[in-house]
Amino acid sequence: MSATESNGQQTNATSARDTAGAGNAIEVRDLHKRFGRQHVLDGVTLDFPAGKITTIVGPSGSGKTVLLKHLNLLMRPDAGSIVIDGVEVTKLGTIGMDAVREKFGMLFQAGALFDSMSIFDNVAFPLVEKTRLKRTEIAERVQETLKAVGLDGMENKYPSQLSGGMQKRAALARALVRRPKILMLDEPTTGLDPSRTGAIHELIRRTQVNFHLTAVMVSHDVPAVFEVSDRVAFLHHGRTHLNGTVNEVMAANDEVFKRFLAGKASGDEENGTALAG
Amino acid sequence: MIERLGALIIDGVISLGAFVFFLLGSVFYVLVPPYKPRLLIRQVRIIGADSLFLIILIGGFTGMVLGLQGYNTLRRFGSDGALGTVVALVLVRELGPVLAALMIAARAGSAMAAELGSMQSTEQIDALTVMAINPVQYLVSPRMLAGVISFPLLTSIFDVVGIYGGYMIGVGLMGAPSGAYFNGIASNMSGHDIMTGLYKALVFGVIVMWVSCYKGYNAERMATGVSRATTEAVVLSSVLILAFDYFLTSILL
Repeated sequence: MSATESNGQQTNATSARDTAGAGNAIEVRDLHKRFGRQHVLDGVTLDFPAGKITTIVGPSGSGKTVLLKHLNLLMRPDAGSIVIDGVEVTKLGTIGMDAVREKFGMLFQAGALFDSMSIFDNVAFPLVEKTRLKRTEIAERVQETLKAVGLDGMENKYPSQLSGGMQKRAALARALVRRPKILMLDEPTTGLDPSRTGAIHELIRRTQVNFHLTAVMVSHDVPAVFEVSDRVAFLHHGRTHLNGTVNEVMAANDEVFKRFLAGKASGDEENGTALAG
Repeated sequence: MIERLGALIIDGVISLGAFVFFLLGSVFYVLVPPYKPRLLIRQVRIIGADSLFLIILIGGFTGMVLGLQGYNTLRRFGSDGALGTVVALVLVRELGPVLAALMIAARAGSAMAAELGSMQSTEQIDALTVMAINPVQYLVSPRMLAGVISFPLLTSIFDVVGIYGGYMIGVGLMGAPSGAYFNGIASNMSGHDIMTGLYKALVFGVIVMWVSCYKGYNAERMATGVSRATTEAVVLSSVLILAFDYFLTSILL
């Protein structure tokens, strides 16, 4: 089981740094984040191999959403390092962060589509704002991306006119339209029924293959999400409790993980750490 | 107890600092490229053009009340010929900027706080950040500039409509001397009076946009977050308008 410990914290930062593979799109080392007295991330160390789908799972309050917010540079850690595509991002200024952000696309939990814009304008938005492409080129790219997520013909609709699943597809199209190297997904199936959940998972896998992406996904949708994942990281009490391929994690025979899969409270919820997600 | 008080004071200072930095940031990004004239024009339409009917309505009624009250008061002293001067000075120096600002705060300011609050709660502002688009520059700065452009224009319209409203009632209905109404305005109102009103409108424009955008932008991500932000935006804008009106009047008098 690579880089996996079933007895708590993964490894210490130094040894993990030494063993970090060259094929990692993102490397997280000994990441800490506190909110008041609450230690939400307590030394997370984790690699996200390039060209793979890595899914972060864990009970409410385990720190998975906070970890994702560090990876997409919406939060700065108190300590530790994050290397994205070879760039250490935790000390970067605004311009440096924007340069790194150009490399990834993000699918938010509720889609975060702009209500006042049509689906076409939503998907075209990153191209209009951040590139010098001509209108015809933008239109072509948008159509192509909408087709890839199965939303061709929906260009003139507004987000409120679409179902939850279609909104997620449109948001995915917006995240993909600039052809990012890394795709981050925050609970992409929240609020969807099982059939739509399956369809979104299938779409994520297809997209990852077609666009040659590294995908980082936070999900509570276990064990369904394992079908689409190459690797799984299980966070517990703000630490990487398990990390490896799906088979490795499932074979770990870890009590905490088994309790989590069985849907039993792991202690976080009782401590009221919902903020950590 | 002392610990709580200290924490409260520290929180207050931090909030005030964030409030001031928000203004400085939004002003800074007005000056820094990329410029987005399309966004500015849209906001001028929302704040300015869309508020026009309300401003004309309120301006008209305010002038009519001033005409009615002014005529009845001045007639006691045999000074009904000064009605035009009184209506115009009261409107241009005081009521025009204040009432127009309160109306725009209630209409456009509340809508702005609600819109930004809703964008915050649905992660649309985070989405902008992740797309490497500065949300303050994209969302707040155009609104700030649009407020600075729209408020003096709307206040001027409010003043003109109010003066005609006063004329309609004072002269048309009550019988004050017609010629003296506009002659009095022309001879007694100075450029300083007009500029005083416009300076006030300018400051009120900044206040309303600043408060409304700040409250919406920092709305809590919960069901009541947007409604609370909207209420606070209107209440705080109104209080600051009246407080700054006093200070500006003291300075500009």
